[in-house]
Amino acid sequence: MKSYDLIIVGAGIIGTACADYASQQGLRVAIVEPGPIGGGATAAAMGHLVAMDDDPAELALANYSLGLWEDFTQVAQIEYNRCGTLWVASSDAEYAHIPEKIARLAAVGVQAELIDGEQLYRLEPALQRGLAGGMHVAREAVVYPPGMARHLLDRARARGALLYSQRVTAITQQGVQLDDQTSLAGSVLVATGCALPELLPQLPMRARKGHLVITDRYPGLIHHQLLELGYADSAHGDADSSVAFNVQPRPTGQILIGSSREYGSETSQVSMPMIQRMLERTFRYLPALRQLDALRIWTGFRPVSADGLPYLGRVPEHTNVWVAAGHEGLGITTSLGSARLVIDQWLGRAAAIDARPYDPARAVACV
Amino acid sequence: MTQVRINIDGHALDVPAGISVAAAIAQSQRPFRRSVSGHMRAPFCGMGICFECRVQIDGIAQQRSCMVSVRDGMQVVTDG
Repeated sequence: MKSYDLIIVGAGIIGTACADYASQQGLRVAIVEPGPIGGGATAAAMGHLVAMDDDPAELALANYSLGLWEDFTQVAQIEYNRCGTLWVASSDAEYAHIPEKIARLAAVGVQAELIDGEQLYRLEPALQRGLAGGMHVAREAVVYPPGMARHLLDRARARGALLYSQRVTAITQQGVQLDDQTSLAGSVLVATGCALPELLPQLPMRARKGHLVITDRYPGLIHHQLLELGYADSAHGDADSSVAFNVQPRPTGQILIGSSREYGSETSQVSMPMIQRMLERTFRYLPALRQLDALRIWTGFRPVSADGLPYLGRVPEHTNVWVAAGHEGLGITTSLGSARLVIDQWLGRAAAIDARPYDPARAVACV
Repeated sequence: MTQVRINIDGHALDVPAGISVAAAIAQSQRPFRRSVSGHMRAPFCGMGICFECRVQIDGIAQQRSCMVSVRDGMQVVTDG
């Protein structure tokens, strides 16, 4: 039986980030992935690197990770574009809350600035008139997530990590069993996102469907990742379905339009009523988009843990099984920090940030 | 035949009312667009399927010129 220090199940952005960091620390790593690299939620994602200030643990992990992303800004296949994030306030009430958000971000070292109505239209002339202002976070960026997964995997493989293109059928006492009946021995790290219950049914995981639309090329129409300040209500709310204004300029000049959130839909089929809701929301903020051509619509599923924070650490009742999954819509941003948090714990080191909020034991206990 | 005056890349052009923008551009001897890799492109299907004839019309980019009829005062910008 082949033996490794760590067998990583899943080669999305989380699994590949873990493979990259583990191999960098000298671990002998195997990665098991039957599908394309970064072909699940990673491929469907927008690729916005963003710090959200609504939950302190989530903010700490995002901020830690954003610092780690700075090492990848020059890698061509990642298409790193520091366009910044511009949060848009549609009312005076939303505008009035911006200083609190700026203070919460500043407390962890993220610089954000208050943008008044006049500055808002200098930054983004295409925005609908009558908006109150916004908050600009200049450091933030957009990337091409499957390109990052591929890059991380390539780096791990260059250090000797091995890729198995099989499916893991079971976690065993020694390691894992693959669908061709071969077995691998070693510690197991499950990073399979929405598919987590297949191997770790004790950890609750729900799939939250999202739709994205991409337009033809219209360079220069928008310049920042644009979100409504009410986005967090959609992202953190528990409604069966919700939409929020969230659009992104791609380096090609294309405009990527989100976002929708939906529980209970199991198929990847596009829902035209949901697309209509999402686009009507978008046109309220960016009426110029109404006249443009869309090229493609796709869907994806966000892996949602019991409490919205990822499971990062050792799985209770197992000595040798670890998990890194459940990042919902922030997995691209928080991939690099998540990998360090898990692998540093595996190595018996202190993690750079408090690891307790992500301990999988919290979820097993409440089942 | 009624004529309308349109503007293609800054040049005024009188064309018959009711023709397509693609026909007007062809008449003007102007190019249509360049591909992302810089190659010259021109209408192929003439019926809205191939997207090769896209130009900017009245400020909106990526419009299929074969599917739009000329209007008096129309401003057309090609990649030429």
